[in-house]
Amino acid sequence: MNRKTRDHLLNAVTLLLSFIMFFPIFWMVLSSFKRAEEGLTPNLFFTPTLANWQGALLGSDFLGFLGNTALITGLSTLVALLLGVPAAYAMAFYPTKRTDSSMLWVMSTRMLPPVGIIVPLFVIFRDLDLLDTHLGMIIVYTGMNVPLVIWMVRSFMLEVPFEIIEAARMDGVTLWQEVRNLVLPLIVPGLAATALLCFIFAWNEFFFAFNLTTIDASPLSVYISSFKTDEGFFWAQLSAASTATILPVLIAGWVAQKQLVTGLTMGAVK
Amino acid sequence: MTESTKSLSSAAKVQRFRRFLSAPTLTFLIIVTQIPFAFALYYSFRNWNLNRPVEVDWIGWRNYTRIVENSEFWPIIWNTFVLSISVVVITFVLGMMFALLLNRPFRGRALARTLLISPFLVMPVVTAVLWKNVLLDANSGLFNWALESIGLPQVNWLAQYAMVSVIATVSWQWTPFVMLILLAGLQSLPESTMEAAGLDGANGWKLFRYIILPHLRSFIEIALLMEVLFILNIFGQIFVMTSGGPGIRSTNLPFEIYKVAFLEFNVSRAAAYGVLAVIFANIIMLFFLRILRDQNQLTVEA
Repeated sequence: MNRKTRDHLLNAVTLLLSFIMFFPIFWMVLSSFKRAEEGLTPNLFFTPTLANWQGALLGSDFLGFLGNTALITGLSTLVALLLGVPAAYAMAFYPTKRTDSSMLWVMSTRMLPPVGIIVPLFVIFRDLDLLDTHLGMIIVYTGMNVPLVIWMVRSFMLEVPFEIIEAARMDGVTLWQEVRNLVLPLIVPGLAATALLCFIFAWNEFFFAFNLTTIDASPLSVYISSFKTDEGFFWAQLSAASTATILPVLIAGWVAQKQLVTGLTMGAVK
Repeated sequence: MTESTKSLSSAAKVQRFRRFLSAPTLTFLIIVTQIPFAFALYYSFRNWNLNRPVEVDWIGWRNYTRIVENSEFWPIIWNTFVLSISVVVITFVLGMMFALLLNRPFRGRALARTLLISPFLVMPVVTAVLWKNVLLDANSGLFNWALESIGLPQVNWLAQYAMVSVIATVSWQWTPFVMLILLAGLQSLPESTMEAAGLDGANGWKLFRYIILPHLRSFIEIALLMEVLFILNIFGQIFVMTSGGPGIRSTNLPFEIYKVAFLEFNVSRAAAYGVLAVIFANIIMLFFLRILRDQNQLTVEA
């Protein structure tokens, strides 16, 4: 077998394997367009229907949970950025002897197992009336994402050529001007990727949401998990709800592909 | 005072203020992570069950000794260990394979890459629902449909092979994570190194064993240690797919803590369990931080 044939073969194998990996997702999307009674049957050809989508999105509480997810995810991402960016700025441009160990501590808080704090969090939330509230979930997800923001944004800031900033400081720019006109424009792509990752993590989170909310502030992850006992014939409709649930994150992840690695490793791998 | 000392002191003031910008954020992090953990430590030495809120007293190490003496403790630790190690091994093999396959320019590479990262983006709870209903279901799952069509007996996956089912599901979800990091590592390997080795007559396996693998070492370590830290916290998939069963055959540490806390309302016992989980995670984190410190940053030119 010559080199060219081998290359073509490898390419075909790669594509085939990636289709196999993607297949469960594809199958779910397909099922969402099947009629309810053929929901789980392994047939590839059928007359598509939108009835499941209609039923799943409009004939249920889906939209309420979607609203909760959007609100909690959006606000927690925003607050995480507002808290994280100034900290990243300080630690990137005004490092002290303790900055390195502070950064490691920040990372360790991200890796703290949620089960280590779920019990006290539940008790504290109960005493402060934060159980099953949007505010409570926003606080938890902000805490979950701030370390990520600090690590990622700082690593992007460290790439800003320091001479530019030094020159500007010689000219006596204020902090606001320096950040707004110099630093932020240079790190916009990184900032966007950071926001997308916060969004992905908060959107997909289940453990905190499941234990700290009951219904009013429950996000989609809790809603979907409530179908764990349903069998067979609900599948078509559940597929529609699940597809709608994962679609925003799939798109966000596809868009942020390049920065995904940086985000997943807290900037350790770029 | 001369002009220069005046500007110096105001510069020092500016510097102090800007350095201080991290203080509110770090304070927030302490409040939401360290204070709850301090509470967890405190509860873990008390006797507090939400079912009987009256008598609360100090009981020393009894929560911890009760946990370790419980006959279910070691099976649960073993399950947690088996889940982590199996997923790490499977995702490493698959992730390495995909990374190597993707590290060659060809038409359709962007598509293959996009398809391959998708499992990692799917909400874990949806992953669980999907695998449970579509692939593993005893009556209508595709795995059994495939077995039947080649004349093999059907399998009740979630009942007979609960842990294997969870491992397969989690591995599917985490393979893209390992693949992405290893791919970043492969792309940071200088082309000239590969060419030189090629000219020296190194073939595929030798190239992999003596050039690629050593270069990837720190990428592999970071990928796998981070993965373990996350896999130790797996909860949603187990909750949806098996509820830890049958019996406790697929119960891991987080699921057990959930049961003790929210089904038995034993606040103190669950807190003690949580403290143990944090200790486990910290041991792994120590290795992780050591690698990171040695390595500083693994920067890759895109």
